Amino acid sequence: MHELSVTESVLEIACKHAEKAGAKKVTDIHLVIGQLSSIVDDSVEFYWQMITKDTLCEDARLHFKRVPAVFVCLECGHQYSLTQELTPCPNCGSARIRILSGDEFNLESIEIQR
Amino acid sequence: MSENRIKIVEKILSANERLANENRRRIDQVNAYSINLMASPGAGKTSFILATINGLQNDAVQIGVIEGDTAPVTIDSDKISAVGIPVVQINTGGECHLDALMVEGALDQLPLNAIDLFLVENVGNLICPAAFALGTHSNVLIASTPEGDDKPYKYPNIYRGLDVLIINKIDLLPYLNFDMDYFQQGVEMLNPGLITFPVSCKTGEGIENWLDWLKIKLPKN
Repeated sequence: MHELSVTESVLEIACKHAEKAGAKKVTDIHLVIGQLSSIVDDSVEFYWQMITKDTLCEDARLHFKRVPAVFVCLECGHQYSLTQELTPCPNCGSARIRILSGDEFNLESIEIQR
Repeated sequence: MSENRIKIVEKILSANERLANENRRRIDQVNAYSINLMASPGAGKTSFILATINGLQNDAVQIGVIEGDTAPVTIDSDKISAVGIPVVQINTGGECHLDALMVEGALDQLPLNAIDLFLVENVGNLICPAAFALGTHSNVLIASTPEGDDKPYKYPNIYRGLDVLIINKIDLLPYLNFDMDYFQQGVEMLNPGLITFPVSCKTGEGIENWLDWLKIKLPKN
């Protein structure tokens, strides 16, 4: 589990941008997490409460936007999303596939009060 | 009081990536090559490092090893020092992976100028190490046949970032239900054309092929 280091990074990035913008307070933080990036929301929330005390981000709400893992088949062009385990193309059975989305791991935006 | 939304779009682990770039710069500066060795516990990371050291002993290659462990147990690093190779152990204090900052600290403790090849043994884990760049030139995963043939399907992320895959313990294949075709299909879906070396650190089979690949990557003195 590396949720603590992830949470610390979120705090660092959010505070950096909030200070630059002259914020008094950060109210909301929007994260974009692909399905292939393993992270446990509840653990991040737990650490978030602990480490944001007395920072610009104290009481800021975390919003997780999950992006599904989508693959495209290079043989037939069929696009499909990951439901449970990784599978070859359900349309033609080819294993020649590429990942289109699902490995996002970004802090997308913050909402602040000035 | 005004409310504002500020667009950022920054990778959450960007600080680690900046440090990783700095590590790479230091390694490049001394004209060395570096490898991040990942695997699950018991796949044979330390045996593989020892086989690599042994295989290069006549090639005048100076090797330095960085050992990542979650606890202050020096079993692995003792095996490396026993063959006369400089080794630094990083105790992650329970953390499940090495990160660029830990490797930076370890580089400080090695005689950088004297080393041609840095081997970094990551913490035994197939999930977390995949997310943290260290600054090494290549990511190598040691899969071992007793782990089962379904690992690429269960741990897709670690396979996606690889430059080389080692399949260790192939001497055990006759005793296992390991479907090599199924395993390699999973790898192919995630990382098409991945350079793969089936080996046995116990019998030495296949190690020569890995060494041939590695020698091409090493700096020419």
